[in-house]
Parts: sequence; C-alpha cells; structure tokens
Amino acid sequence: MGKTLAGKLVSSHAGRNVSAGESAIVKVDYAFTHDASGPLVVKKLKEIGGGKLFDPKRVIIFIDHAVPSPRLEVSNDHAVLREFAKSSGCVFEEAGTGICHQVVAEKYAAPGRMIVGTDSHTVMAGALASFATGMGATDVSVAMTFGKTWLRVPETFRFVIDGKLPKGVYSKDIILHLIGMLGAEGATYKAMQFEGSTIENMEMSERLVLPNMSVEAGAKVGLIASDSKTEAYLKQMGRGDQFTELHPDANAQYEKTFEIDAAKLTPQVALPHAVDNVKPIGEIGEVKIDQVFVGSCTNARLEDIKIVASIIKGKKVAPGVRLMVTPASHKVYMEAVKDGTVQTLLEAGAVITPSGCGMCFGALGGVPADGERVFSTTNRNFQGRMGNPKAFTYLGSPAMAAATALKGVITHPAEVL
Amino acid sequence: MGGRAWKFGDGISTDHIAPGRFFHLRSNLPELSKHVLEDARADFAPNVKKGDFVVGGRNFGLGSSREHAPTIIKMAGVEAVIAKSFARIFYRNCVNIGLPVIIADTDQIDEGNILEVDLSAGKVRNITKKIELNFPPLPEIMTKILLEGGLIPYIQKHGGLPDI
Ligand code: SF4
Repeated sequence: MGKTLAGKLVSSHAGRNVSAGESAIVKVDYAFTHDASGPLVVKKLKEIGGGKLFDPKRVIIFIDHAVPSPRLEVSNDHAVLREFAKSSGCVFEEAGTGICHQVVAEKYAAPGRMIVGTDSHTVMAGALASFATGMGATDVSVAMTFGKTWLRVPETFRFVIDGKLPKGVYSKDIILHLIGMLGAEGATYKAMQFEGSTIENMEMSERLVLPNMSVEAGAKVGLIASDSKTEAYLKQMGRGDQFTELHPDANAQYEKTFEIDAAKLTPQVALPHAVDNVKPIGEIGEVKIDQVFVGSCTNARLEDIKIVASIIKGKKVAPGVRLMVTPASHKVYMEAVKDGTVQTLLEAGAVITPSGCGMCFGALGGVPADGERVFSTTNRNFQGRMGNPKAFTYLGSPAMAAATALKGVITHPAEVL
Repeated sequence: MGGRAWKFGDGISTDHIAPGRFFHLRSNLPELSKHVLEDARADFAPNVKKGDFVVGGRNFGLGSSREHAPTIIKMAGVEAVIAKSFARIFYRNCVNIGLPVIIADTDQIDEGNILEVDLSAGKVRNITKKIELNFPPLPEIMTKILLEGGLIPYIQKHGGLPDI
C-alpha cells in the first residue's frame, strides 16, 4: 500500500514501515525550545540526564517570545538560557534573530527531516516537507537528551486546492476557510496534506501559512510535498544542497479528501474569540478597528510586509488607528530595510518593532485597551491572547491588514489594490 | 472522599489557563498557579481544593504547547481533568506530567457535583447524582507513563522511553 507524506516521514525515522494508527519511536533531527518554555526545558533536561544533549548541534534555543525583555523576571530567564547554551554547546539564536519558526524555515528545515519544538506552530516547517510538530517541555527535553521521541502515525486529511486565487485572496484566506469548515478540533490528531495546482504555484512565503495554522484545526502536522519551489527557497537560503524530492505515493490512503476551488474563495476573517469563527469579509458588517498588527510566524515575511507597503505607499494610516509591524526575522528586517519597505511603512505612520513574537501573544508591547478591537495577521484570537481579556482580535491576511489600516474598518483588499 | 467538580465550557484554551500576560511568572510556578484558569472563571483559583476536578466541554486545552498550563492545574491540587475531548498537545502534556486526563460525557456532571475517579476501572463516579460514567482506557504507552507518575519518573526508573 502506498504511503502518505506523514507515513513516509515517520517510517524513515522509525527505521521500519509504519502506517496510520501505529505508534513508533522515531529519531529526531532537530529539537528546539525558546524563552517561553526554555527555562522549564533546562530544568527538565537536568532531571532527565543531568543536562546531557544527544547532539548539541541539533538542539536549538531561541530567544524570540519576549524581545527585548520587558522585565527583570524575563531577563533572568533569558540569562538562564544563555548560560545553558554556553555550557552545553547547543545552538543559540539570540534575541533579534527572529521568530523560531521563521528561522527554522530559513536555516534548519528541509525535506525529510524530523523536527520537534516546544511550540505548537512548529508545524510550519511542514511546508518544507519536514515532519515538524509541537510538544511540551517534557517531550522536547526527552528528544534533546536521547535524540528520539515517540509518535503515533497520524491519519491524513488531504486538501486538493486547484485554480487561481482571485485578486486580494491569499493562502491566509484558504487556511481560515478550511479552519472555519473543519472547526477548531476538526483535524485533531490528523495530518493535513496540502496539494493541487494552487499550492504548486505558490511561493514558499505563502505556503508556510498553511501548515502554520493547521494546528488551529487540531492537526499534528501540516505537510506539503517538496518541488521546484522548495528547491528555489532552499537555494535562496544558501542551502540548495539540502533539497530532496519527497512526495506521497500515488496510491496512498487518505482518511478524507477535500477538493477546494481556489477561484471561488473570498477574503476571510476569523472573529473573536475563536479561530474557527470564520466568515467571508462580505458577511461581517462594519467593524471599526483601533490597532492593526502585521506580525507573527504566520504572516510577517518579506513578501507579507511588501504587500502592506505597496498598499499604503504614499498614504497615511487612518486617524485613530495604530499600525504595528514586526518583521518575522532579522533576515526579513534587513531585506525590508535595504529595499525601502521599512521607509515606506514609516512614512505611512507605522511603528516597527524588533523581530520576534512581539504582540502576538500578550507578553509585551501593543496590549490593547479594554473594549478595543485589533486586526491581526497572526494565528490566534483567543480571549486574552494579546494581553487583555477584555479586547477583541480579528484575524486575516496582510493585504486586508493594510486596507484596514488605511480605512479604519475591516476592508476588502481589492478596494485598495 | 471524592472531590468537587468545577465546570468549564467548550474551547478552554491555554490562554485561558495560563495567559501570556503572566509570561514573566513562568519560572515562578507557585505564583503563576494563583492565576490558573483566571480568564475562564475568576472564582476557580482562589477556591479550588486538593482533590477537586476540572470538568470541561469540547477541545479542552487547545492552543499553545506551554506545559505550564497542565502543570499549574496539577499544582492547584486538581485530581484529574475530565472533558468531552482534548486538544492533542495538552492531552499528551498532562500524561507526561502525571495529571490524569479523562474523556467522558461531561453533560452528566453539574457544577459542584462530588466525583470519584477510578483510573484502572475506567470509571467516573458521580456521587451526587449516583451515576457512573465509563471512559475508554488511554493508549498503552500513555498508561505506562501515567502509572509511573509521568514521563520523567518513568525514564528515571526505566532508563529510557517505553518500548512500542
Ligand atoms: S509569533 Fe505568535 S504564534 Fe508564532 S511562535 Fe510567536 S507567539 Fe507563537
């Protein structure tokens, strides 16, 4: 019987053939943590094996969640991580390097790899055909110590997406539409595999959004086969030699197949306080916005920021609206400085913050006031997510964010494109 | 014997359990646990007693992989989390830290009911209502881990991951 992408990836790391539903011990290529879970990981590493790592070159610590540190407790946590990185010799990505998942895509993920991280959006690296999944501090500490973890091979939901996306519609709208359709637990324990002509024509920057948000439907992994676009991206990152071809077998077995006509999609918005509370923009009425945030591992790559800049170039953010932009990584930030994107944004009235998670999850900066509404390109709008349980978060694409920043109400991107 | 049921609705996220605004308390778990589930029910943290139960609806624990979330539920003295369904990472985290997670029809449990759980028999006894709810056993590997009190105690005792 043929194998799905998930089946192939798990089998190759288990050293035997495993199919959906079976559990296996698998070898891990990279295990990572960050400042939100890292101090707990360090504590557990010491409990498990006295802090021993299976291979320091395959263990990564990122400082990304609270950058720059907003208070002394966090600074002390950062210091613990720096100290551990030094004494263990593991890979250390200092504050400002960027959001872990973005940096994993730039530097570590490649087809065929097994990656675990203490963060639910670890799934994003599935866009590069890595089996990448989020786990808690204990599981990741075990993986860092032994180079192994255990996994149940997920059944696969296959999404065949064909056709040309209409103007103003992006991969963010596809995944929001799918999450709205499946519900927040519709793909729990499953692999979501994305394919079809729409995906084949998509650049990596857009592709990454789909696996990134697969966890919002409960999925264990989101996967895309590797192809010439994957190779082009890896080359661009200076890692062309790490490309291998990896695709599901033609006769693979799927639990379900969904066919999506991309040409029929419209811009989608997730309304507070649930990511699956999704509506087409035409059905949300007039929603006034106080703050717009372009950031996070989901949608703050160079291409995203450039879309925003191209829409607001020569114009000004609407009175009463704050526009916050957080480039996903140092690399993205540098390129946006060099090509003038940053200047365009600043001229329009945007505030640009250091690379990191920024205001995505409420640990520092940009916390909305009681009753305020935020439009955000991030992946979660749970109550309290941005630091205030009395505020409201709406999710959508970067183009919609730019249109909204100009108009002060959630706006269809085609109105300004 | 038995503990009190604290009822929660569907879709309780890790942001309800351990909000990002208390990020700076993550290395101070006793302090963080004073805010456990605060954004879902402000009366829970100050009043929960050792041996009580958190009783949720669907998709309990969705969101972040932060293990602090189940850890502070356990630190608050909670005996087990019972819900109609769980998010994947949260479920696994609970087992890893030795906090029992039980999938059952929680519509049969009301706020304040007195419950008892028998893990090996797969039963939740609702003493107040005099009914029993059966629950399916956990996957074998998870039972092995839970019986040792979590994954780290398991590894300390057996020297590595359970065989599969
Ligand atoms: S940007 Fe947001 S969703 Fe992404 S890793 Fe950071 S906190 Fe998590």
